[in-house]
Amino acid sequence: MAEKAQTTEKMMHIFFFCIASASITILFLIMIFLFKEGLPIFKTVSVKAFIFGEYWYPTSDPADFGIFPLIVASLTVTVFSALISIPLGVMTAVYLAEIASQKVGEIVKPVVELLAALPSVVIGFFGMVLVAPFLQRIFDIPTGLNLFNASLMLAFMAVPTICSISEDAIHSVPVALKEASMALGATHFETIIKVIVPASISGICTAIILGMSRAVGETMVVLMVAGGAAMVPESVFDPVRPMPASIAAEMGEAPIGSDHYYALFATGIVLFIFTLVFNIVADYIANKYRQVGEASL
Amino acid sequence: METTNPEYFENKAETTTDRAVPKVKGNETEKDITETAAARTRGRRKIMQSIFFFLFRGAAAVNGIALFIIIFFLLKNGLSAISWTFLTQPPMDSMTSGGIFPCIVGTLCLGIGAIIAALPVGVASGIYLNEYARPGLMLRILRLGISNLAGVPSVVFGLFGLAFFCIILKMGVSILAGALTLATLTLPVIIGSTEEALKSVPDTYREASLALGATKWQTIYRVVLPAAMPGILTGAILGLSRAAGETAPIMFTGAVFFAPGKWPSSLLDSVMALPYHIYVLATAGTEIEKTRPLQYGTAIVLIALVLGINLGALIWRSRLRKRLK
Amino acid sequence: MTDNNLKIISANLDFYYNDFKALHNVDLKFTKQQVTALIGPSGCGKSTYLRCLNRMNDLIPGTRVDGEILMDGQDIYDPSVDVVLLRRRIGMVFQKPNPFPKTIFENIAYGMRVNGIKDKAFIESHVEKSLNQAALWEEVKDRLYESALGLSGGQQQRLCIARALAVEPEVLLMDEPCSALDPIATQKIEELIQGLKKEYTIIIVTHSMQQAARVSDVTAFFYMGKLIEVGDTDTIFTKPKLRQTEDYITGRFG
Repeated sequence: MAEKAQTTEKMMHIFFFCIASASITILFLIMIFLFKEGLPIFKTVSVKAFIFGEYWYPTSDPADFGIFPLIVASLTVTVFSALISIPLGVMTAVYLAEIASQKVGEIVKPVVELLAALPSVVIGFFGMVLVAPFLQRIFDIPTGLNLFNASLMLAFMAVPTICSISEDAIHSVPVALKEASMALGATHFETIIKVIVPASISGICTAIILGMSRAVGETMVVLMVAGGAAMVPESVFDPVRPMPASIAAEMGEAPIGSDHYYALFATGIVLFIFTLVFNIVADYIANKYRQVGEASL
Repeated sequence: METTNPEYFENKAETTTDRAVPKVKGNETEKDITETAAARTRGRRKIMQSIFFFLFRGAAAVNGIALFIIIFFLLKNGLSAISWTFLTQPPMDSMTSGGIFPCIVGTLCLGIGAIIAALPVGVASGIYLNEYARPGLMLRILRLGISNLAGVPSVVFGLFGLAFFCIILKMGVSILAGALTLATLTLPVIIGSTEEALKSVPDTYREASLALGATKWQTIYRVVLPAAMPGILTGAILGLSRAAGETAPIMFTGAVFFAPGKWPSSLLDSVMALPYHIYVLATAGTEIEKTRPLQYGTAIVLIALVLGINLGALIWRSRLRKRLK
Repeated sequence: MTDNNLKIISANLDFYYNDFKALHNVDLKFTKQQVTALIGPSGCGKSTYLRCLNRMNDLIPGTRVDGEILMDGQDIYDPSVDVVLLRRRIGMVFQKPNPFPKTIFENIAYGMRVNGIKDKAFIESHVEKSLNQAALWEEVKDRLYESALGLSGGQQQRLCIARALAVEPEVLLMDEPCSALDPIATQKIEELIQGLKKEYTIIIVTHSMQQAARVSDVTAFFYMGKLIEVGDTDTIFTKPKLRQTEDYITGRFG
């Protein structure tokens, strides 16, 4: 009887373990299929020519498969959006965790959550039909669909990620540290800047990296708003074509098994590696500096 | 420890706003020095706090303003497009008029299908991570896998779905392939919310049950899961809203530009979906300007669907929390 | 009220957490260069009362104070009082040692820096002085630039005392400063308190009656949010006036 119960318990344990491995299995399947469908392009072009090639003309004859402009576009869009989203997200997090009264917090927090819930296609649509004409008019530029617009829209998609993870990090700073600082005659602001933020800096860094990872992989916004020109931008008002945009826009037309199809999967590999690196770094920081603050005896 | 150095204080330039303090002479005690320094810089510190707190408040307000502007303009431009016909009829005149009923149906099919596939796997994974797993390398790897899966770009999920579900498993562009692709993307969300819900169940429940001679599985099944159920279901609803709003993963796996009829006839049919509909009307249609109202209208319906689901889940959650208090 | 030896006087002090009245009508006087111990069972309001004295409870939303606390004749809850400057004048040591995750040096220098002192030489000499006052200098002088989190619990608590002293307070509040420490570390802190009372007005909350008897000159007994009895420590521990006090002190308390 007891033995039977023990066997059942063991079976349950194994059963749940197998299911819990599903995520990592899917992650592996994603990698396998990306490589399976992406690597054949390197029979046609070298890895170096693919990554550093400056021309992306996948449908001309002979075709050019150089994704350098796409990589540069992805990186610039991410960096510019980070310039907006990091201050905005971290400051909102500080506001929510430290300054807002409970009542105001109960309004602001759902606002941030709702912002996170807006479908990316809606933000892209908004950027396309409302922000683009507005930018075109006030800056007097040929098109409002450009690097700047895309960065702006992406920033608002990254803010909720940055804000909510940073807020959790700030909340996890022991109250004892805050009280120690206030009791020494530090102002609330000094306490925030000199004690609370330094004590939660690893969480805030994780938040920032994950926010940027979200921006680099976001598809619909850059597809609809970035302008779509596969060239290395020279100004913030130049149209660009980040990697996800290129994949999403062209996959529908690329015949399965063609060079173009393989090239798009290979672009997917590069994009995947980008976000993988972001996520592993974020995970590393989060784990390495998990212990903050309160003295352990 | 007396000292006569008069340079205990801030830069002279910064003192304009500070209270006038008599010039320091020698032979002051450390107490005096600290006290005068504190008093002297207090005005500046107060102003610093006001300025920065104003900035922090401003940053928070920007989020609200952004949300307000987006919703306001979409409503302003699109509310007129919403009508009974719009909500209940299929598109007509090669998509330049008519409604979006098939898109609503398609989005619901894909979203609900994704949850049906992801919920059991997600909940079971959450149970393993929170109840069974022991700290160690294996757990670390599993968690790394989940957090990385959560970080995979949505378009890469689309590529994966295309290569795996559509081509290898021969599902073609279909509800099934689209829903499964969305399920892989929703999985980390559900695992996360399940774990959170399980964590919030007090350990005393588990100990009480185990002390009565229940096995671990009995404890989980009869005590822990029922207590965590509201949280798990809230997570599932949030996952549904996320899946319903995604575009890139279904572009090559489940959604099409146009599907005839109001209802799909089988799981292997491809469908129209709200997010994809907005995208194609806004970028690839033949009459982009003419169909603007339809685009706004579709965007409103999508937002209403997604935010409605979210809001419902949030209200439900806060109500449950209050009841548990 | 103009008695020069009185540092702090609280009169008719009531304290509320939302609707819950945690302190009832507390009247208490603290004399300079004396150690006053606040004793009583858990939840009796002694820590809450202590935190009223440097307005630490302001940080908790939904709290409210009625009555007055005078420090050097000035009501510290008066709207004209700058609470930040006030807290500089009243040092506090907490139940658990709570050093900042910074170096030992930076922990001590922190209070001086935020209070506007920038002179390096002054800060350095003052860090040394404060650590000496807290009887920690000899133990840490070679590792000033290492993390304070590497110190033992007792050292951390003395570091926290040094940190509080470094901003030149007039009063030192101690909220069960030894509750997380072993007996040897506790003894060190108690010796420290004896030494510090020449310069500071010290108020200590303790759950240990032996500690109160060892370190304090005056003892106040709190129960259920009320001040029950206050008097010379010797008197309180040998012939308390009230039955309740006697029961608590002799351990006959329910």
